[in-house]
Amino acid sequence: MIIFVDGQEIEVKQGENVLEACLNAGLDLPYFCWHPAMGSIGSCRQCALVQYQNPEDTRGRIVMGCMTQVTDGARFSLNAQNATEFREAVVESLMLNHPHDCPVCAEGGECHLQDMTVMVGHRDRRYTGKKNTHRNQYLGPLIQHEMNRCITCYRCERYYRDYAGGSDLGAQASRDHVYFGRHQEGVLESEFSGNLVEVCPTGVFTDKPFLKHYSRKWDLQSAPSICSGCGVGCNISPGERYGKLKRVHNRYNHEVNGYFLCDRGRFGSGYINSDQRLDYSGLKGAGLKSADATFAAVHQSQAIETAAGWLQGKKVLGIGSPRASLESNYLLRELVGRSNFSSGFSDAEAAVVRSIINIQKTTVATNPTIKQMESADAILILGEDITNTAPRVALALRQALRNKSFELAEQLGLPEWQDAAVRNLAQDQLSPMVIVSAMDSRLDDVASQLISLSPAAIADFSCAVTASLQGQESDDKRVQQVANMLSAAKRPLIISGSSMLSANIVDSAACLAEALQAHKQAAQEVMLSFCVPEANSMGLGLLVNEDKRPLRLSRLAKKIDTVDAVLILENDLERRLSQSELDLIFSGKTRVISMDLLENNTLARSDLVLPVASYAESQGTLVNAESRAQRHYPVFEPAAERLCSWQWLLQLAAVMEHKKLAGIAHFDQIVEACSKSQPIFADLTAVAPDHSFRDRGLKVPRQTHRYSGRTAINADVSVHEPPQPTDCETPLAYSMEGLNRDQPASLIPYVWSPGWNSNQSLQKFQAEVNGPLKGALKHSGAGQRLIKSTQQGLEYKLKVTHPRMQKGRWQLLPMHRVHGSEELSAYTDEIAELAAQAFVALGETVAEKLGVAEGEMVVVSTADQEISLQVKVLSRVAKNCVGFSVGYDKTKSLRAGDSVALRRDKSWQPPQVIATDRGVASNGC
Amino acid sequence: MEKVLTRNIGPDQMPTDMTAYKANGGYVGLRKALSHMSPKDCLKVISDSNLRGRGGAGFPTGMKWSFVPTEDKCTPGHKYLVCNADEMEPGTFKDRLLMECDPHQLIEGMILSAYTIGADISYIFIRGEYVVAIQRLRDAIAECYAKGYLGDNILDSGYSLNMYVHPSAGRYICGEETALINALEGKRANPRAKPPFPQVSGLWGRPTIVNNVETLCNIPHIIDRGADWFKTLGRGEDSGSKLFGVSGKVKNPGCWELPMGTPIREILEDHAGGMRDGYQLKGLLPGGGSTDFLVPEHLDLAMDYNVIGAAGSRMGTGTMIVLDDRSCPVAMVLNLIRFFAQESCGFCTPCRDGLPWTRQVLEDIESGCAESEHLETLAYQIKYIGAIGNTHCALAPGAMEPLQSALKYFYDDFKQHISGGQCPYHKGA
Repeated sequence: MIIFVDGQEIEVKQGENVLEACLNAGLDLPYFCWHPAMGSIGSCRQCALVQYQNPEDTRGRIVMGCMTQVTDGARFSLNAQNATEFREAVVESLMLNHPHDCPVCAEGGECHLQDMTVMVGHRDRRYTGKKNTHRNQYLGPLIQHEMNRCITCYRCERYYRDYAGGSDLGAQASRDHVYFGRHQEGVLESEFSGNLVEVCPTGVFTDKPFLKHYSRKWDLQSAPSICSGCGVGCNISPGERYGKLKRVHNRYNHEVNGYFLCDRGRFGSGYINSDQRLDYSGLKGAGLKSADATFAAVHQSQAIETAAGWLQGKKVLGIGSPRASLESNYLLRELVGRSNFSSGFSDAEAAVVRSIINIQKTTVATNPTIKQMESADAILILGEDITNTAPRVALALRQALRNKSFELAEQLGLPEWQDAAVRNLAQDQLSPMVIVSAMDSRLDDVASQLISLSPAAIADFSCAVTASLQGQESDDKRVQQVANMLSAAKRPLIISGSSMLSANIVDSAACLAEALQAHKQAAQEVMLSFCVPEANSMGLGLLVNEDKRPLRLSRLAKKIDTVDAVLILENDLERRLSQSELDLIFSGKTRVISMDLLENNTLARSDLVLPVASYAESQGTLVNAESRAQRHYPVFEPAAERLCSWQWLLQLAAVMEHKKLAGIAHFDQIVEACSKSQPIFADLTAVAPDHSFRDRGLKVPRQTHRYSGRTAINADVSVHEPPQPTDCETPLAYSMEGLNRDQPASLIPYVWSPGWNSNQSLQKFQAEVNGPLKGALKHSGAGQRLIKSTQQGLEYKLKVTHPRMQKGRWQLLPMHRVHGSEELSAYTDEIAELAAQAFVALGETVAEKLGVAEGEMVVVSTADQEISLQVKVLSRVAKNCVGFSVGYDKTKSLRAGDSVALRRDKSWQPPQVIATDRGVASNGC
Repeated sequence: MEKVLTRNIGPDQMPTDMTAYKANGGYVGLRKALSHMSPKDCLKVISDSNLRGRGGAGFPTGMKWSFVPTEDKCTPGHKYLVCNADEMEPGTFKDRLLMECDPHQLIEGMILSAYTIGADISYIFIRGEYVVAIQRLRDAIAECYAKGYLGDNILDSGYSLNMYVHPSAGRYICGEETALINALEGKRANPRAKPPFPQVSGLWGRPTIVNNVETLCNIPHIIDRGADWFKTLGRGEDSGSKLFGVSGKVKNPGCWELPMGTPIREILEDHAGGMRDGYQLKGLLPGGGSTDFLVPEHLDLAMDYNVIGAAGSRMGTGTMIVLDDRSCPVAMVLNLIRFFAQESCGFCTPCRDGLPWTRQVLEDIESGCAESEHLETLAYQIKYIGAIGNTHCALAPGAMEPLQSALKYFYDDFKQHISGGQCPYHKGA
């Protein structure tokens, strides 16, 4: 199909709109309210062009590109005078009330409004009246509100409410006084609020932590990176200046995160600048354990020598980490030997991850990308609160639920991008989604059915649905309903995960998927997906997957006395071992060497600590939940004496004259060695180009071509101009020189294009709107799937184990929180503020029985400890279950499945209110 | 002429209740339709009658209804009939009269219309300030439920319909049918993009017909007395009678039921009594605040949709606003633009930010501190805001209509404001 734009013939796709067609053709047609992921509403009127009836028509009429569907042979003009005049008039009216403060505005330099204003050529202001002004709101620690800049494009409201399912931000008032905000000041409730920063075409919603140490976009040094906040593996573009990580922006990957991140991913990297980062190696009491020993800072070389002395020729165990890169884990395993390497998973985590990997290796079901999940027409969630365990996936599920409305729209011949029309047509009709979980989840609001069961009962339920698909009838009506929903769907998605640490649930989900696929044969594409605990859980799991008898962490603790030293890689064991097991590791004679980046109790109890670089200061490969290996690159060089953990390990190997690692000196060599070590890692070298990559002879620049002050950046410290750091490990350079255009998708540090300074320049990097990046087509896609299923299916012999519950005791179940549960991001001030206090979550009846209300305290007693925790009251919960906040300091020692007793904390008194900002003081005045 | 719509309405007549309405031939059409006519028959009569929407656009009612998908072409579910009683057009007060004085006429019209399109739920979306009308409609609806004219199985016909009165929270834009639908759904009263039209995807995403009060009031009579009878009522090319109104400096401002096609001069001089002594007619807005000015040369035009359209204006609601020679046309247009800028829903840029810009230019002109460039800016704005399609709905182009025609007919007045540095009509004020 073709259309003509100013006489030029343009190849277009059926069903798309003229704005998309123009952008795909590389034409500059300005727009505001249209968003590639959210479609059109036609409110800003900016993408106007002229449409002609036929070749003879010379007048034409103005149409909106975003609201006009392409038809074969249609004729348009972008440059006709009435079109350009109209577009300029639109900007002139938008500028009536817009502040004239670009030079001091936080958005300046990456403002879509600024770009579009320049693009339409508006310069002289004719309006002489007063500008409208608004009051700004406090929206929490993450988002800064500056309403005077608003151009009323409605993108924020549409993103926040329609796309992300939030309810506490919307359009208020009317005419030229429309106001986007909350009904009253307060913290934005959505876990995805940060995307407002990128969705807003100007500076109404800006990144608040970024404002505290602000830099212009063009002054940021960026590198392609991968979020380490959870197992989803969203692609990010962190920006640095003056040695500080300034902010994180979304990096488009059409198969993973698309245009959006969760707030943990966007704002959870503040820990990289934390005071609690280790700068130097620390040697405790000259290497002798004693209770009051303090660390002495030692030089890198001394640390290496000391460590080598403890390791060389000794019996050494290594503990890996699911948050460290595959390369670091691999090196550690090679250094200590396969049989001496423990993954560093807790035993329960290890079992679940092993199950997930084995399923992915054999399942007949499709292991979907996030993009594919968005096409599901029925969803069954088993045991997972996805918004809190794999947030970006939850956002995709919300989109999948709209497939019902697209179905209805198709009947009317309405294209999907007619966003308002499609929503008006479908109203609240959604595709079916059943959530079977122990308690409240953040997708409950859009579920068609909620079933509250304990983890064992979830597995039983899933088995019953399986049996029902295989022809066995069930007494439970819900079983039949779910079976019917799944078998009626064309693209059903079953999604589960590790958060309950129950391999039973995971296995039962796989059985169900197998049965469903068998039930419908090829007519259905059954999708099966799992959420995993950490950024590299899958990579680590794959590394140890072929071990016949993997060294479990608890067994390692027990045999600690038989070895001389233990080397811990980026792992706070307190999160995974009991107090008594920890005592075994740390109180014996075994030397403990820990590599990590932030202070924690594992480090505090070690003999030697080595400071490591964060994800933003190092490169490495992370394998996400779908087994997609993706590489992150250093944004800036690690400060002080920090090294990437793989560098520490290589140095240790060198000093120890380790034979197997003798030929390895560079990162790419580790990748190559690792790729050869196991067939599953064969594609590791194809994840991203190696350090020798050159684009037209040049490395990819981390700095923009406008990067300022490069030679004087440290002039306040020293007037001598330091040389630019050289990077011989990656295809990127610490430089402004080079091209940032259509390189491989895994090597795009930031997006910018002439005339397009904001993130909207992304479309210049895409092969088509909403489609893959040009670089992903030309070279390999962004990342590599490591697991390719044999599709043989597994013979499951499921035996669901039910915990025996005593009377008056409850089963303790983990509740994950976007803010607070993840180890590293919790060191970020803003995240810590949102995480608030550790809690125990009770059903209403239990709370009533204990005589406690939300916010009061309850004592939770396990076999060996008592903890007083704040109460959170749940709206639904399975019988005999209570939840606890995972990953908080106070609840670190609690374990999933613990049987606990509860009682009201009698010593707790409500805090006395002296003053309040809530409007009404306690005395009523 | 025989009074049709206002046969129960007059200065000396009490508002009708069910008994009074029935005594004067009420609900005859309904009984006739429910017992002898299929919805298809009803649709044919309405189409044949050539009834055109009385809300302002003059769209043929029968054609509008024919777009509602029939049962076999539609997913199962509700269909809706909505009465647009959000009468907010400046200078217009005809629907108020119909609802306050003869509520059953509207209700009968709605039952018949709902029956024709197969709707099972109907709403009267009414201007919130019309408290008397709201109360009388509610009382009348209660009477209908009690007597079996509404609810399940109406008059044992097997047809069921529920009816609700929904008072508007009050915005001019709610008169736009899709904004009205959004408001009825509890959403912001922003107009919707069309297509899809409400006939296919309207209230709650279901097939919906929105008709003006006066349009619906015509239905019982057409059903009762036939399309041919209705056609004979008009004097020109349009069928039926129409409520015409006149406001401004005339001797006898008011509202009268007259045949379609009655010449403006007749309405103005015979019914409104001509201009007050000492005032000359300078121009008039034929159908409310969002129609183009006509001037004395147009007085002999018939009030028919196409005739007024050909003269460069619109018949709109048929309620004229008269501009006399002692009132400032710039001030009048400014007043209207202020209203429209105030009533913009804020959805699309040209309306939301363009109208306040126009307002500011007019304020400069009216206060005498404008330059000749201001007129160029006005022309630029008319081109930018005034064309249908440039904006999301018809509000802003409607707002531009009095302005563009004022510039055409009263250009000298604008020039005098600029050259004289003050408003010639408000000298010394």
